[in-house]
Amino acid sequence: MSILVCSDTRVVVQGITGREGSFHTAGMKEYGTKIVAGVTPGREGERVDGIPVYNTVKKARQESAANTSVIYVPHQFAPDAILEAADAGVELIVCITEGISTLDMIKVCCYVSIRGSRLIGPNSPGVISPGKTKVGIMPGAIHKEGSVGVVSRSGTLTYEVVQNLSMSDLGQSTCVGIGGDSIIGSSFVDILSLFEEDSETQAIVLIGEIGGRDEEEAAAFIREKVTKPVVALVAGRCAPREKRMGHAGAIISGGEGTADHKIKAFEEASISVAESPGNVAQILRAELEQEGDRQNL
Amino acid sequence: MRIYEYQAHEVFSSHGIPTPQMELTRTARGAEEIAKRFARPVAVKAQVLVGGRGRAGAVKIAQSPDETHEAASRILSLHVKGERVREVLVQEALQIKEEYYLGITVDRSHRCPVVMASPSGGVEIEEVAKLTPQRIFKKLIHPLVGFQNYQARLLAFSLSRNKERATGIADILTSLFRIFEELDCSLAEINPLVITEDEKLCALDAKIVIDDNALYRHPELSSLGNIEAEDPLEVKARQRGLSYVRLDGEIGCIVNGAGLAMATMDLVKRYGSEPANFLDIGGGASKDRVSSALDIVLSDRKVKAILVNIFGGITRCDVVADGLKEAITRMKLNLPLVIRLSGTNEDEGRARLAHTKAILAGSMDEAARIAVREAKK
Repeated sequence: MSILVCSDTRVVVQGITGREGSFHTAGMKEYGTKIVAGVTPGREGERVDGIPVYNTVKKARQESAANTSVIYVPHQFAPDAILEAADAGVELIVCITEGISTLDMIKVCCYVSIRGSRLIGPNSPGVISPGKTKVGIMPGAIHKEGSVGVVSRSGTLTYEVVQNLSMSDLGQSTCVGIGGDSIIGSSFVDILSLFEEDSETQAIVLIGEIGGRDEEEAAAFIREKVTKPVVALVAGRCAPREKRMGHAGAIISGGEGTADHKIKAFEEASISVAESPGNVAQILRAELEQEGDRQNL
Repeated sequence: MRIYEYQAHEVFSSHGIPTPQMELTRTARGAEEIAKRFARPVAVKAQVLVGGRGRAGAVKIAQSPDETHEAASRILSLHVKGERVREVLVQEALQIKEEYYLGITVDRSHRCPVVMASPSGGVEIEEVAKLTPQRIFKKLIHPLVGFQNYQARLLAFSLSRNKERATGIADILTSLFRIFEELDCSLAEINPLVITEDEKLCALDAKIVIDDNALYRHPELSSLGNIEAEDPLEVKARQRGLSYVRLDGEIGCIVNGAGLAMATMDLVKRYGSEPANFLDIGGGASKDRVSSALDIVLSDRKVKAILVNIFGGITRCDVVADGLKEAITRMKLNLPLVIRLSGTNEDEGRARLAHTKAILAGSMDEAARIAVREAKK
């Protein structure tokens, strides 16, 4: 099994008639994802790429038995879209939208967890289990089926690392973009615990960046709970303080969230830290060989 | 977006938080007039959007109108962390008995607001957190329940056991939280909140930072953010839909994606130089956007070489290459330009740049290495 999504995942696309929504719906479908419904209020009865559109997530779920939602609606409407999905009982909600206000997300995250749904993002490239299903915007072709779990706060940096992994014959079980905002539904720790339990995942790559304490918490969790090899990469060693580096969450604030502090946390937990996206695969290969030697003893 | 202290004071005052008597001016003469009218000692404070103005000598106490003139004239000639001082706030100076700290921000790990209070006001809260963390009292606020009176009392009584004082502090905390929510703040802070010799509470300083992602809800506030104070290149980049931060190094970086941009900057440093900027051209970038990016990076005189790193997913390498080629021809570029294209349509992209001056690199490590080498030539 992969984590979060698999071949049976049934996806409803919120914002399917929009520019982003329709474009990525085609991409997901082409990858083999089971897109079973779309939602745009007021457009029920239409079809996008042959997929039926409904006015509400509730109706879409009743008609299609979708269990996962992916959200492409504009930032002003995205909190409402997430709440609607949670209220309709969608198990996994993947929010691609960037630019949602922090105080809105605080309330949304709280409600989603009360409803028992799981939220990935916002400001996430999505989740992909190579060869099975893609729920998001990442280029499918760079991925390869395999047993490395990837979890990251960014988009293109993840693609860079994934392409290197695939070219080094290190395929992926699932790649999860948790999102570049300061308030996100699932943290590194949440995803790490799923990878640790997943029998298909044998090693983990974690891609962090400046801002917050999520990497520090991940380091502590890995030390205590994760038995699989982990390689970390942290972007933003050159970032100045109090300046937002593109992502809303990538900011060193009040001295907290520096790359050096995060790297130190990983090193203190005996986790290998790659210096460049280009040598993640190499370090991981070495870790796996070591692990193999240990098991053969 | 940070707003000026005087603007934050206006917000405080309209929400019932006691603030000192104060007026804003752009001239030393104006400051002197205000001091005359107040007829008492004043504080002259630079209005800038960066921190550390105390250390930069941009806050002074003046006993007389003459002294006020002198202080204002000196402060108005200063730069604080690169930001020119254009205005000063003249504030009545108070006789202070105690200084407290009150602040509200977002706790990222707990995904909720956190309200903080400390009896160690008047110094930077990060310093207090480092040296005497036991002197900061915190309350996490449930996102759906909100800030309750008992929480305000709890914090207030940990600052003072005096009933009148604690009630006053609790009221201020409640107002501060209302501001925090209404204005979509990422920080609302009073440091210091003082008790005067005649036992009155007063917010001497005011700091409000608004969540950029919520500005669309506050059109009235977007006029407060002062474009004058920002780096002109950063403003220009934003107007063209680019995310740009100017830094001190000599390698100009143009990248798609924030994480990849940071990782590219890190490699520049690793290979022995420093990045001149952070620049994310965003997803699905057009020819024009690429050309604007090159334009902006080249406007920075410190730049000695340019490094372009594109990972094509939705972004197509051939489109990026077209934009670059056009800009190279238009601008008669005479700096080394190192380009790495990978992913969607990379071969077409490389082909388009084949007969230009651009140096094509195979990996981002190689690209960074070459850019650093070329800059040192």
